[in-house]
Amino acid sequence: MTIEIARHWRLKSQRYQLVGEVCPKCSNKMFPPRDVCPECADDSAQPDFKFSGRGEVYSHTTVHNPPDGYQEMAPYTVALVKLEEGPLITAQLTDVANDAVKIGLPVEMVTRKLSTQGDEGLIVYGYKFRPQLATA
Amino acid sequence: MRLMKPSVGTGIVGYGSYIPQYRLPAREIARVWTDGQGGVPITEKAVPGPDEDTMTIGLEAARNALARAQINPQDIGAVWVGSESHPYAVKPTSTIIAEAIGATPHTEAADWQFACKAGTETIQAGIGFVAGGMARYALGIGADTAQGRPGDALEYTAAAGGAAYIIGAAEESLALFEASCSYVTDTPDFWRRPTMHYPSHGGRFTGEPAYFHHIAAAAGELMSQLGCSAKDFDYVVLHQPNKKFPERMAAILGFEKEQWETGLLSPTVGNTYAGASMLGLTAILDIAKPGDKILCCSFGSGAGSDSFSIQVTENIAGKQQLAPTTQNYINRRTEIDYATYVRYRKKLQMQ
Ligand SMILES: [Zn+2]
Repeated sequence: MTIEIARHWRLKSQRYQLVGEVCPKCSNKMFPPRDVCPECADDSAQPDFKFSGRGEVYSHTTVHNPPDGYQEMAPYTVALVKLEEGPLITAQLTDVANDAVKIGLPVEMVTRKLSTQGDEGLIVYGYKFRPQLATA
Repeated sequence: MRLMKPSVGTGIVGYGSYIPQYRLPAREIARVWTDGQGGVPITEKAVPGPDEDTMTIGLEAARNALARAQINPQDIGAVWVGSESHPYAVKPTSTIIAEAIGATPHTEAADWQFACKAGTETIQAGIGFVAGGMARYALGIGADTAQGRPGDALEYTAAAGGAAYIIGAAEESLALFEASCSYVTDTPDFWRRPTMHYPSHGGRFTGEPAYFHHIAAAAGELMSQLGCSAKDFDYVVLHQPNKKFPERMAAILGFEKEQWETGLLSPTVGNTYAGASMLGLTAILDIAKPGDKILCCSFGSGAGSDSFSIQVTENIAGKQQLAPTTQNYINRRTEIDYATYVRYRKKLQMQ
């Protein structure tokens, strides 16, 4: 339980703000943060980089039998989203019917409830993606 | 001293709103509970999705306010969230929002409670906090995911939504707080005891001695102390638990339909409780022009009202389109039926 709480707490800037890293050598953008740049193998300190949160659906699948803590959202769609800065990120889609999800759908990051640990546990918040809001 | 007016001018540096996309028509509730007989108080209400709550609603509104303010979130010295539906009984909503917008760690953060007046409380306090030099900016949020007992009159209107305001110095503001006024009494019109899921209310007692008396006093006193009347304002926005109450109240105060219709969102959004008058004000700011004057007055059961006289400045130019407008959110509409509503709002006990 304590290890679980500590893990959620450490991940909060990634989860709430989509903070990754940028390679100082080849300026490759990475999410999640990692020790070595997968493009050029540079392992020097990588400064934080905040992603815009915009991207498009690269691939997707609908989950009908979710793990504990996710039942109230099921069935839901999990997608590989290609962020406009380059990296691919796995996330749940929200505010969209499962059968309306298409490859190439423009999406944007929102912060939503990811899971709830029963009636007495923590509410875990983090990023999901929804169809980009029409602002015209 | 009835009029509240700080010695240093303050105003709204950025504002933002959020409304969930699901809509439950009132006729659908009537179909289930009254066989479709009788009138309904609004057309439809906004319902949160299963992964939305007061934190997520307040956060999206706050992000929109930041997008319009274009300030460094580290300069925000207070993050205050007014709601009667905070996700935790103990653990602040405000620290989660402060963290997610990048305002932590050196900021004040607190959750406020005063039924539907909790949101405007944060504005009153924010004006004083900024004017007193305690912080460069204060973020005040009103948001709710209100629930009515199934079949109760409140179920037709209890909705979800919220608004956020960044308060700062007058010269940076897109709208100025000219003055404000608060009016509270101990009035038992509506309440909810700890651990109870649904609120209780005093039926007809919620009208005259509660809603109408407190708004008439707070808004009336503000106008009389400022030496002005309804005709001096371009817009008015009042707490809106339904369509009828705010229309009647605005007319009693001397306003015309053209002044209240822009900010009256309850017919298609419902009663967003702590968000209601603040959300209506965002719809006005979305289309306001420099020089426009706005009267805003909240009401919270228990009971009390905060009224504000607001004047739009030249700084509004270019700000409105920096984030989604409130109308953008109203237009994003997915109709649901009562069964889906029951599931999303967890009205069925599964174990
Ligand atoms: Zn690299």
